[in-house]
Amino acid sequence: MNAPEQVDPVQFTDYYGRPVLKVTRWKSPHMPGYLFLGGLSGAASTMAAAAEATGRPRLARQGRLTAAVAAVGGAGLLVAELGRPERFLNMLRVFKPSSPMSVGSWILAAHGGVTTAAAASTVTGVAPRAGRAAVAVSAVTGPLVATYTGVLLADTAVPAWHAAHRHLPPLFAGSALAAAGGAAMVMVPVAAAGPARRAALLGALAELAVTASLERGQGFGEEPRLVSEPYRIGRAGTLLRAARLLAVAGAAGTALAAGRHRAAAVAAGAALLAGSACTRFGVYHAGVLAGRDPKYTVVPQRARPRVQESRPG
Amino acid sequence: MTYDPARSSGYPDPPQRVGFFTDTSICIGCKACEVACKEWNGLPADGPLPEDASVLELTGMSYDNTGALGASTWRHVAFVEKQNDAGGLNWLMASDVCKHCTHAACLDVCPTGALFRTEFSSVVVQQDVCNGCAYCVSACPYGVIDRREGDGRAWKCTLCYDRLRGGLEPACAKACPTDSIQFGPLDELRERADQRLARLHSDGVTEARLYGEDPADGVGGAGAFFLLLDEPETYGLPPDPVATTRDLPAMWRWAAGAALGLAGGVAVAFLGARGRGR
Amino acid sequence: MAECHPVGFQWVVEARQRGAKVFHIDPRFTRTSALADRHLPIRAGSDVVFLGALINHVLAGGHDFREYVVAYTNAATILSDDFRDTEDLDGLFSGYDPESRSYDPASWAYRGVAAEPAAGAREEEDVRHEHGPEAQYEATPAQTGPAPERDETLQHPRCVYQVLKRHFARYTPELVEELCGIPPEAFAEVADAVVRCSGRDRTTAWVYSVGWTQHTVGVQYIRTAAILQLLLGNIGRPGGGILALRGHASIQGSTDIPTLYNLLPGYLPMPFAHEHEDLDSYLAGAAGDTGFWGRKRSYMVSLLKAWWGDAATADNDFRFGHLPRLTGDHGTYRTVMDQIDGKVKGYFLTGENPAVGSAGGKMQRLGLAALDWLVVRDLTLIESATFWKEGPEIETGELSTPEIGTEVFFLPAAAHTEKDGTFTNTQRLLQWHHKAVEPPGDARSDLWFFYHLGRRIRARLAGSDDPRDLPLQELTWDYPTEGEHEEPSATAVLREINGVGPDGAALSSFTELEDDGSTAAGCWIYTGAFAGEVNQTARRRPGTEQSWVAPEWGWAWPANRRILYNRASADPDGRPWSERKRYVWWDPDRGDQGEWTGHDVPDFERAKPPGHRPEPGATAEHALAGDDPFIMQTDGKGWLYVPKGLVDGPLPAHYEPQESPVVNPLYGQQSNPARRVFRRRRNRYHPVGGEVYPYAVTTYRLTEHHTAGGMSRTLAYLSELQPELFCEVSPELAAERGLVNGGWATIITARTAIEARVLVTRRIAPLRIRGRTVHQVGLPYHWGHAGSVTGDAVNDLLPIVLDPNVGIQESKAATCDVRAGRRPRGPALTALVRGHRRAAGLENEGDDEP
Repeated sequence: MNAPEQVDPVQFTDYYGRPVLKVTRWKSPHMPGYLFLGGLSGAASTMAAAAEATGRPRLARQGRLTAAVAAVGGAGLLVAELGRPERFLNMLRVFKPSSPMSVGSWILAAHGGVTTAAAASTVTGVAPRAGRAAVAVSAVTGPLVATYTGVLLADTAVPAWHAAHRHLPPLFAGSALAAAGGAAMVMVPVAAAGPARRAALLGALAELAVTASLERGQGFGEEPRLVSEPYRIGRAGTLLRAARLLAVAGAAGTALAAGRHRAAAVAAGAALLAGSACTRFGVYHAGVLAGRDPKYTVVPQRARPRVQESRPG
Repeated sequence: MTYDPARSSGYPDPPQRVGFFTDTSICIGCKACEVACKEWNGLPADGPLPEDASVLELTGMSYDNTGALGASTWRHVAFVEKQNDAGGLNWLMASDVCKHCTHAACLDVCPTGALFRTEFSSVVVQQDVCNGCAYCVSACPYGVIDRREGDGRAWKCTLCYDRLRGGLEPACAKACPTDSIQFGPLDELRERADQRLARLHSDGVTEARLYGEDPADGVGGAGAFFLLLDEPETYGLPPDPVATTRDLPAMWRWAAGAALGLAGGVAVAFLGARGRGR
Repeated sequence: MAECHPVGFQWVVEARQRGAKVFHIDPRFTRTSALADRHLPIRAGSDVVFLGALINHVLAGGHDFREYVVAYTNAATILSDDFRDTEDLDGLFSGYDPESRSYDPASWAYRGVAAEPAAGAREEEDVRHEHGPEAQYEATPAQTGPAPERDETLQHPRCVYQVLKRHFARYTPELVEELCGIPPEAFAEVADAVVRCSGRDRTTAWVYSVGWTQHTVGVQYIRTAAILQLLLGNIGRPGGGILALRGHASIQGSTDIPTLYNLLPGYLPMPFAHEHEDLDSYLAGAAGDTGFWGRKRSYMVSLLKAWWGDAATADNDFRFGHLPRLTGDHGTYRTVMDQIDGKVKGYFLTGENPAVGSAGGKMQRLGLAALDWLVVRDLTLIESATFWKEGPEIETGELSTPEIGTEVFFLPAAAHTEKDGTFTNTQRLLQWHHKAVEPPGDARSDLWFFYHLGRRIRARLAGSDDPRDLPLQELTWDYPTEGEHEEPSATAVLREINGVGPDGAALSSFTELEDDGSTAAGCWIYTGAFAGEVNQTARRRPGTEQSWVAPEWGWAWPANRRILYNRASADPDGRPWSERKRYVWWDPDRGDQGEWTGHDVPDFERAKPPGHRPEPGATAEHALAGDDPFIMQTDGKGWLYVPKGLVDGPLPAHYEPQESPVVNPLYGQQSNPARRVFRRRRNRYHPVGGEVYPYAVTTYRLTEHHTAGGMSRTLAYLSELQPELFCEVSPELAAERGLVNGGWATIITARTAIEARVLVTRRIAPLRIRGRTVHQVGLPYHWGHAGSVTGDAVNDLLPIVLDPNVGIQESKAATCDVRAGRRPRGPALTALVRGHRRAAGLENEGDDEP
């Protein structure tokens, strides 16, 4: 008997169970870690800009620092993925609109630059005007850094990723917001963290809503139940269930207790951060499984009218 | 006028588009293509298990101890033992290779321009430019290109770009004893393939079909196409591969929307509580 | 064929695309089967039944090509009244002597031909050598009579045709089903196709390889095919023939210019001690006097002149006395026994790896370990060069390195790309290859090695006055050399082989050879390879630029003829049998009185008209009529029945392999009565149909590797393609013995046990034989202990038992046991093997000391 999250076995002849696709060579924790940190940095910088604009220095300072640290950390994971630092610089030799990674590299380079500048200004007190300008720019790069990674994954042949190309950007946006909000709740006193709690709550709700849709394969095209199966089973399923629990717990804590108790705020914020991380690792592992088992490639393709019509009798 | 990838890539007067027609109905599984490819291109012997190049082990997959195409394996002969409807046995053999797609996802996603379209319309990696991001690996709908462990760069069939420039046919086609691998102008190959298919059908081989020859398919037609005797997936090939990069504009729109949503969410969070909690 | 000769198989693929029907008859489903119209799984060792049933089908249905059969074969010839068939003697032909386990062939003769004294057992050894047992190229024996009695109506009860009919009458489709495991419908399909595709308009070809030859009845397998093809008129015609696929490159060349102990170049037999004291006594028995072998004296004298030059004169018998003499069997397996018994002290291995490639590997290695010295010339350090430190016997304790006294000299050899020379392929085509690169390091060509070895030995013997050194002192050994390593000129060697006339110019045909010492030629059948002082073997005119026969690609012996006996492609009157199969024909308007012409070089005297009848008493080719196409035969006929020249019978009969899972239902005689057996403790044979070794086992090769692996297991690109020894078993046998795909199996015989990975596959089908299931185990034999991929040596499993005609081992059919898991190590391995032997009651078999 299959567990309810699994799709009944489908009949087709595979090649000794070998993958049709290459399983992604992107490594863990590098790639999912980058997704998480990039999202955190992007949302944090956006919040820093908003805090700056609305006159909330504590949130602004925390946002600047979080954005910079996460950006640097994310870039570090990327370099580790590539093997050598100069290989990241190779990304910046050309700008190629057809490659989300090229586009993303430029966005990340810009974002990393401005967030680092903003953080440096905050820490050192040097060039505060430039720091503010940098924060303002990061309000643009931040949302892009947080969401382009959805395109990065979706623009592949990996069925679970590509079929989710409508889900991944909003999922990552929500997840990023929940993480950034959570980070602020952890680091900023309760009294100063009100907008962060609201941002976190919005983010967590978005994350939960999109994940629910993703797991059902809504809008996935052919064989949605099967193509979305990698999000429900195995390591990805576990991670996404954990993400959901953490997001629900974090959101509940945020809504009910984080405004009153610092400890509750820290706990809820940490839960949201962890939930966001679990989401990214879950999405990553769903892609690994989708690449490894040929059925996720073959069955939906076979279901397409083109193939149905062309099959010889 | 058919779409010419080379011309679209900026070659003002490219030579005829060339490619492979691999007729698996006459493949004898000798693997000469695999060996000739490795010899010519100086590829390392990587054994059947690319994950662990130090181990040379029997796979137990019929006579296939190569397993799959990979960074160091640019031709791969599949062996399928299958009972046929008449109760007899079929032993299908097919030499797989990079498809050199008309719309190549690997090329689209490459961030450095290491992958490029040649004047012959083939798709080639410039090894001195590749930075090993492995994006192409996940983008390829056929699972062809791969990153070589230890080296960190992506590798795949070049359609023997160096030989083509020297006026020679690719090494695998040259070595193939039965002409299962045919090299030539793609238009001619398609004609030949149509004739061969018609012949097989008239001989009662109804299971014969062409794979990858249709310019209307998800990759705009393959530069290396096949005559198969079974469903593509039986050989480990995707039944209807698509260069998912064609959906990129839509993806960007969703990302832009999500980015705006994120910014909007932040704005709502902050504006909704102006002046509080400083 | 696709498996082991993929390059040649392209022509089968092309033929099939043009409408040819391809049947593949093989115990296992191979890459060839995959592209054949029909695969018929057959039990290894039962092919005479299958072919015999086809012959019966042809004869019983009157499907033979009667005009061809009457005119061109010995179907009409009447046999001696003394001849008794296997049908009369329960599996024996007349003339069998159980004591010596050999035949006296006198009673097999044609009627009216004086029965010769039996070539009985020699004092030295029990070996027949009428004309050298391995004389493959029609060195037909003397005295079959120029004009034997014939009945061209084929009705005489003792004519060959009627004898054949009776002999094969019991070879029925039912017997094929019972013994081969091939159902009657499948047999009928083949039989119908073969008959339909033979005759005036069509021809059928049979292609075989060592699956037919490596049996104790190997020669008779080929004979059965020859009978079938002659009956159907498929010899000497385009698209016909029996095509032997060789074991590796230039095997044909190594029998033409032989590496066989009992042959001289050009299939002249090696002389025997005492019996052949002088040239005349040698020539009397060397070959027949009629047909082209009638020119044997010119071939032999020219050979002696090539070897001993000016020293060879008519006065001294052209130094015939310088030739070494045989004293018995000096074949490879006999030699191994003699090594073990201390009778052979030194050994050269040149491109051969018997420690892996020969049957009974343990005996091979024990033989090598008993030598004083061993020279191994090969590309890499093969198992035969390292057996003394890494062989399996070191692990089991049967040998220990300090106790092995053999001094091993390993001398690296140049590969074919590193030297000039020719390959001679199975269709007798010589193709020159040029050196592409210099051999690396100390590697030298075989030509270099033997030339300089000879040079040094001659230098040492220069001052000797011992008469036994005279053959070496007088030898012509003066090839021009080039380069810093003094590489002898391969071109000069080819020219010497081709031969020169009195003026020193290269000859163009073997018919120019003289028996007076005025010509010299190293191998008469190769005369013409250097015609016009041009290396004809180096010709490479593309096929598109010449006729479809492509006579200007390389050079084929004899006389650049691409199809032998092609006179048979025309009817007795010299007209093509059909337009479709037009090949060689008589053109009355050519030359003075008409000439033979056609697409190929006619394999016939150019001006002998179809109606020519020989004078009584004529010899050599003059004894043949204008419609006798088989010009090397004494009677010019294709032999359905072999009155002389074979040692195990004039007709093929089905005998079971030495080791068989079944009892022979046809005759009381289980196996070939004349087969050569070696009853030794290391070479114990399994009982028939026993329970201890219940499975049939056959060995073979894979596309990815080369024979014993010396040329492939050292190469990474090939090693990775087939990295491990495996056994192929059916799902049914796997279930019976608990074998798992990808797991391990141990295969056990009375000789040893080996381990292999398991490949469970439907390509190996269990067969119903005599009402019970017979499982077959398939084993590719490429692996050994050296190289980059290693494994147990499959040939270690096999017994040494030989075909009596040519001394080839039976490596395609034996029996074994299989169990799951890896084999034990060390002495436990020998214990396992001993346990099985004891269970089979074999422990006390064998004559020699333990």
